[in-house]
Parts: sequence; C-alpha cells; structure tokens
Amino acid sequence: MNQAKQQCFEQLLLGKTVNSKGWLNDVRVAALARAQALSFPSERHDDWRFTDLSPLFQHSFQPVGSFARLSLGDIEQFLVAGAIRLVFLDGCFASELSDLTRAERGVTVAPLADRLGDKWVETNFGRQAPYQQDAFVALNTNFFEDGAFVHVSSEVAVPIHILHIATKRDTPSAVYPRCLMVMEPNSRAAVIEDYAGHSNDMGDGVYFSNAVTEVVLKDHAQLQHVRVQREEKNSFHIGHCSVSAAKGSVYTSTSLAFGARVSRHSLHITQQGKGAEMHLNGLALVAGRQIADTHTQIDHAAPRGKSVQLHKCIADGSAHAIFSGKIIVHTGATGTDSTQSSRNLLLSGKARIDTQPQLEIFNDDVSCKHGATVGQIDADALFFLKSRGLTEERARNLLTHAFAAEIIDKIPAPALVASLNRTILDERMSGVRS
Amino acid sequence: MLLEVKNLKAEVAGVQILKGVDLTVRAGEVHAIMGINGSGKSTFSKVLAGHPDYTVTGGTALFEGKNLFDLEPEERARAGLFMAFQYPVEIPGVSNSALLRLAYNTLQNERGLEELDPLEFDDLVQEKIKVVEMDPSFLSRSVNEGFSGGEKKRNEILQMAVLEPKLAILDETDSGLDIDALRIVANGVNSLLTADNAVVMVTHYQRLLNYIVPDYVHVMDGGRIVRTGGKELALELEARGYDWLRAAA
Repeated sequence: MNQAKQQCFEQLLLGKTVNSKGWLNDVRVAALARAQALSFPSERHDDWRFTDLSPLFQHSFQPVGSFARLSLGDIEQFLVAGAIRLVFLDGCFASELSDLTRAERGVTVAPLADRLGDKWVETNFGRQAPYQQDAFVALNTNFFEDGAFVHVSSEVAVPIHILHIATKRDTPSAVYPRCLMVMEPNSRAAVIEDYAGHSNDMGDGVYFSNAVTEVVLKDHAQLQHVRVQREEKNSFHIGHCSVSAAKGSVYTSTSLAFGARVSRHSLHITQQGKGAEMHLNGLALVAGRQIADTHTQIDHAAPRGKSVQLHKCIADGSAHAIFSGKIIVHTGATGTDSTQSSRNLLLSGKARIDTQPQLEIFNDDVSCKHGATVGQIDADALFFLKSRGLTEERARNLLTHAFAAEIIDKIPAPALVASLNRTILDERMSGVRS
Repeated sequence: MLLEVKNLKAEVAGVQILKGVDLTVRAGEVHAIMGINGSGKSTFSKVLAGHPDYTVTGGTALFEGKNLFDLEPEERARAGLFMAFQYPVEIPGVSNSALLRLAYNTLQNERGLEELDPLEFDDLVQEKIKVVEMDPSFLSRSVNEGFSGGEKKRNEILQMAVLEPKLAILDETDSGLDIDALRIVANGVNSLLTADNAVVMVTHYQRLLNYIVPDYVHVMDGGRIVRTGGKELALELEARGYDWLRAAA
C-alpha cells in the first residue's frame, strides 16, 4: 500500500470517538477492529479495479469539530415541498431545519441517536450492512454520530425527505451519514435520501461523505427509495445501502449520482421471501474529471422473485462512469424473472464508461435477460435542433437531459423531478465540460 | 433579395453532388425545385440549412445579403431560414411543446423580444396547431416519437408556423403523405405565406403543386438547375416525364 493511501486511512481511524452504551458500543468496537484489519480496498480487488480512489488519498480528513449554522433560506434549493423532512448538517441532526409535522400515526421519522433504545433499532441496526467485509461500512459503523430512523407501519401519503448537507469548511472533513429504515408488513412509503453540499466561500469544499443505509422490508411492504447524490464538486462520496426484501415486498430504487469528484454507491438487495419485486433505476451524470461508480447486487434467494433494472451513465469531459450490476439467482430461487439493461451515453472522446453486467445463475427455472449499449449524441437529432435555432450546447443539453429524464421522471416527488430537470438543463452541463 | 445562390458546388463523402446551382428567391415568391432522385435537390436543401455531412466546394449563397456559409445552422435558423426535414427525427424524452417553446424563445431573444413563459406560449401554440389540424395531445408527446409519416410532416409545418421563417425550404414534404394529409400540409403552408416571406418546395411529384401553386418551377438534373419556368412547367413534366429535359441538358 502506498504511503498516501495508508496515511489517509490512518487519519480516518483517528476520527472522533463516539461513546455509546450497551449493544451499540459492542457494534462500534467490532466495526473499528474490522476497519483496522481491512483498510482501503486494494486496486486489485475485483469490485474496485475500475475505481481510481487516488484523489481521495491526497487529503487528510479531520472529524467535524464545530457545526455550521444554516437557515432554511440557505438550503431552500434542496427542499421538497410537502415532505416530512429530516435535515442533517455534516452528519448531525438539525432540528431547526427539519419538519416532522406531517408524520402521522404509523410512521416514525426521527434522529437515530434519539432512538437507540428502540427495539426496532437494536434488532436491525448493523444487521444488513456488511461492516465485517467492507472498510467503508466499518468506518461509518464506528464513527457515525447520528442518522435517520424511519419506521413505517402504515401507508404514508407524503414523501420522507432525509437531507444530508455537508458544509464547506477550512480543512477537509469526514462525515458519516447513517440511515435505518424498517418497513412493517403491508406498509408503504416513499423515502428520498439526499446528499448535498452547501456552497459558500469558505475552503475549497473538500470533504468525505461516507454513508451507510440499511433497509428492512417485511412481508408485502412497499418502499419507493430515492437516492440523490449531489455533493460538491471537490468532495468524495462513498455510499452503501443494504436491503432485505421479505415475501411479496416491492422495493423500487431510483438512484442518481451527479456530484462529487469521486463517488461510489453500492446497493445490495437480498430477496429473502418468495415473490418479492425489485425495480432498480440508476443514473450517473458526470463531467470534468469526475468519477462515478455504481455497484449493484441482487441476490434472488427465494422463489418467484422479480427484478427489473435500468441503469444509465452519461459521461462528458474526461469523466469516468462505472456500472457493475451483479444478479445472483440461488439454487432455491425457482421461477426468478430478471431483466437488466445498461444504457450509456458518451459525450466526449476523452470520457470513459465501463459497464459490467454479471449474471450468476444456479438453477434452470429462470428467465434472465440483460443487455448493454454505449452510444453518443445522435448527430441527426443534434442537427435538427440546431436547425431550429438552438445552440450546439443547448441542443446537447436537451438531448442529454432527454436521455437522463427517463430515470429522473421515476422519482415519486414532482417538485424534486422539476428542480433536478432544471438543474440539468440549465446548469449542470454548462461550464463543467473540459 | 431573400436568397441569391450562385454557381453553388457541394460534395458529400468526397462525391460532388452540386455542380453549379443558381437560384434567386425574392420575398413573396413560391418556388418549386423538381427533379428525379439523385438529381441533387435534397442535397441543395441540406447545404442551405447547413447539414454537417455536406461540404461546400464553390460558389456563394447570400441570405438577405449575408454569406450563408459564414453562419452555423442555428445562426441560419435565427436569421430566418427554415428547412422542413424529409425524414423528421424522433427525439424521445423531449416534448414537442418544450422544443417549440425553446426554439421560439431563442428567436424571440434574437429579435430582442420578450420570452414567453409556458402558459403564454401555450396560448400561442394552441392557435398555431390549428394551421396543421393537429390534435393538441401531440404537444405533450415526445418529438415525432411514434408519429405516423403524415403526422411527422405536419409537425414540421407546425414548427414553421411557430417560428415564422422568412424563407422555408420544404424538403420532400409531400413524400409519404396520403391525399388528406397532403391537403392539410398544403393548406397550412398556404396560410403562412405572406408578401414578406418565401417558400422553396423540393419535390419529386407535381401533385403538391396543385395545392401550393408556385411562381417558378426549376428542374434540377446532375447537380444543376437545367430549366426554369412557370407553374405550367410542372404540368409538362407530369405529362412528359424528365427525360426530354435530361436529353436537352
């Protein structure tokens, strides 16, 4: 391991010790020991070989010492109208920015730190996310200070917006957002996990956001899970989400990666009960020198499961997008119906996209389809739009947006869809091409 | 003078297609360019619109006195040049109304006029859509996606109606149209004609000219205009075919 890499990791291990009692303390201690043993993944590691983490190693990340004060006006651009809102600044709960008034009977939305005595937390926390095998999950499990706890036993009509905002500060900082969602039988909800950076003039916006989410879906529960990663351009974001899907449950994930210098999102879903359905929609849209890596794994471990996956990568400038989608159909998972499609758009000659569909099938009674395409902006469409008076850049933005919109439009919150669409059309692709 | 083309030569993929085209169009005029397949008439439209696959190798084209070939395709559009595509492209994910509004507002900016917000624009486009007898539901659909051949051509004329170009080049707009669609498209174009604009129809067949009556008919062959006449020339072509002109040329 080279020196910068080792130093970076050791500095992370020096993070702020968070004291907990009882079961959580045991988990933290175990996680720290695993983090020390694992360290950063080697570049030879099969799951990491496409992902260049070296820009991360150039920094020495400090724990967040003091907390920034932001007003609702400061974060207006990120708000989702009508939602139950839980806001965290640099990993810590900001009650003055949160709005829990719409949480009715049958739904608990609360800071995790306030609910550590809750039996739902104790019986589910750390049970899904693999801190034994993954150094980033282990770091988070040891160092997280707070996070979101969502417990639903009814049908929630409004979306639940969990907004993590990293504030800019003088020195690079490490933050550890955490989230636990427990969906009781027959419950329904839409949860938006949102990772954003707040711009101001301080510092150069270097921070490391290392997030872990655990989701438990009990029988016939339905969750629409949206994840928006719109971190600052110089930041690093490594996220992991583990989902356990029981009998007849329906899990729909719509995951968008726009921000960060280097980002990684790993989503691992295990179909525990028969007849569970999983719908995965993903989009990575990167430019400049950005790297965005999406790893998904679906384990069909019970009969008659269904999974439908569509992932799109768009890379401009000299950006690099990676998609690895593994689908494992285990011996007992008869009657599995799985489709996966990876569609990719290269906007420049220097951009790069790696896509890696992987199917591992251990029984005969399955239907699995997968496919991958990589294309460029359609020259005829570009000429057509220019012939209607649009500039080259406007026309490219429109066509890029059209490609992205298929995923964005699946978000079950129209206000968020509209604001993301505007961002892409007006700002996202301008000035960041290089 | 709206358009003045002199001795225009152009090639595609190293093959010379236009070998010296001359054409003059004034405001208030309707021109038809006819010719057999491969005569260069579609190439001529694409070269004027600025299609990147075509390279101009000689001659000049002035649009209201400006050198057309100094302008990017979008600059030509903003100057008031419009081409209705022979094969309109489908653009999944871009709604017809969004495209129309974007294009319209781009021109408004160019002319120093106020942009229209979606509500104001909707009022405008609901009027324009009557020109091509199109159902308003087409506005919210993706551009040309799943449209029939006739619907695509009507959509091109809708764009023309919204953008109000000074010069519209209709590249084989009649191809693939049944008689009802042809009548609708032709009525649409006729209703947009004024003393200040002009239309150049590029077509293989005479039947469009029954509906949009040209002031001048040009016959193109071998990359040149070999004959120019009035509307009666089209009838003569219909009766005699093209061979007699090709032999003469």
